Amino acid sequence: MTIALTLFTIITVALGVVFFLAGTVGLLRFPDTLTRLHALTKADNLGLGLVVLGLLPQVAWPFGGLKLIAVWLLALLAGATVGPLLGHAAWTQERGREPPP
Amino acid sequence: MSVALAADAGLALLILGLAVWTSIARTAGGAVIGFMAYGLLVALVWVRLAAVDVALTEAALGSGLTGFVLLGAAARLPRDAPAARPGWGLRLAAGVVSAAVAAGLAAVVLLLPVSAPTLAPAATANLPALGLGNPVTGVLIAYRAIDTLLESVVLVLALIGLWSLARDGDWGGRPGALRSADPSPALVLLAQVLPPLGILVGIYLFWTGAIAPGGAFQGGTVLAAMWVLTLVTGLTRPPRVGGRGVRLLLVAGPALFLAIGVAGFWLGGAFLAYPAGYAKPLILAIEAALTLSIAVALGLLLAGPPLAQSGPRA
Repeated sequence: MTIALTLFTIITVALGVVFFLAGTVGLLRFPDTLTRLHALTKADNLGLGLVVLGLLPQVAWPFGGLKLIAVWLLALLAGATVGPLLGHAAWTQERGREPPP
Repeated sequence: MSVALAADAGLALLILGLAVWTSIARTAGGAVIGFMAYGLLVALVWVRLAAVDVALTEAALGSGLTGFVLLGAAARLPRDAPAARPGWGLRLAAGVVSAAVAAGLAAVVLLLPVSAPTLAPAATANLPALGLGNPVTGVLIAYRAIDTLLESVVLVLALIGLWSLARDGDWGGRPGALRSADPSPALVLLAQVLPPLGILVGIYLFWTGAIAPGGAFQGGTVLAAMWVLTLVTGLTRPPRVGGRGVRLLLVAGPALFLAIGVAGFWLGGAFLAYPAGYAKPLILAIEAALTLSIAVALGLLLAGPPLAQSGPRA
């Protein structure tokens, strides 16, 4: 059981790292702010989510696990707020007009 | 090379790189964002050095609050203002001075004797008498209480300095620097969802400061951040600077601290001495009042000087 949980952690965290890697490559290679933002928020949401999911079996339940989940939820909230703000600002600045609603 | 050492070396290189990037950034806004990221990385360094109290303060005040103030200043500068782009000579001079300070600090650290002189054992040994478990809080609120008392007074003085920038006709109005005309719906949602959680975290930081990293300044900053979030989105209105309630809140912390300090003359034998057996409840009372006062002072510092047009004058 312990080996299975450890394997689960290794595979899930590695998957999360792949998302972070992909997000970073996207941030560096994508052509404009909106697409870069898309890459970045994907990495945050899915990458961090997978890392947290993978770490859950390794921490004390309930408070250690709940703290990790809270970190992920707060990062989701921050990403969901900052993404539209930056996107709106970038659209207005690059195109010189307000984005369509 | 161990994993921890590699991570630390990477962190140090990242910070150095970010410092260079911040000082050669082309726009003032870009430099400020670099500075804020720099502050967050420095907070990580403090965590690695097991100084979690300092890390919390650096992240909340050094990076967050200072960054917010600088961002506001950068946004108000005209894009091609000469002040927005200091000349290369000035930048070079600032860089040389900063490098000299860093080199001096590094030399001091490297020249320390192998067993550096420390008061840490003495500080820890006397903690039980205070009923505290966190030596940093012991230093801040007992051993060096006079420093903390003066710090809390300085915040009020800073706010008076800021308010004195108001024009005569604006005096008594509400601070108007934070309110954005058309806040993004995403930001409004955040300002509605986050404060309950943020207020809980702020109070927890104050409460846990007695036994673990945290305290009045960190808790107060988180509370102030939640208040500022609702001010920016217009969900709450800043109070009139002439209001009695807001002024009472502002001075409650320093005043209670000073009153208990003066009472120490009779009850504890010296200024700022706590009577034996009552240290813990007195310290908690001071920290609670300080947390509120710090939160109000920081929020009002960010909200700027009063403006008349934000409402009919009293």
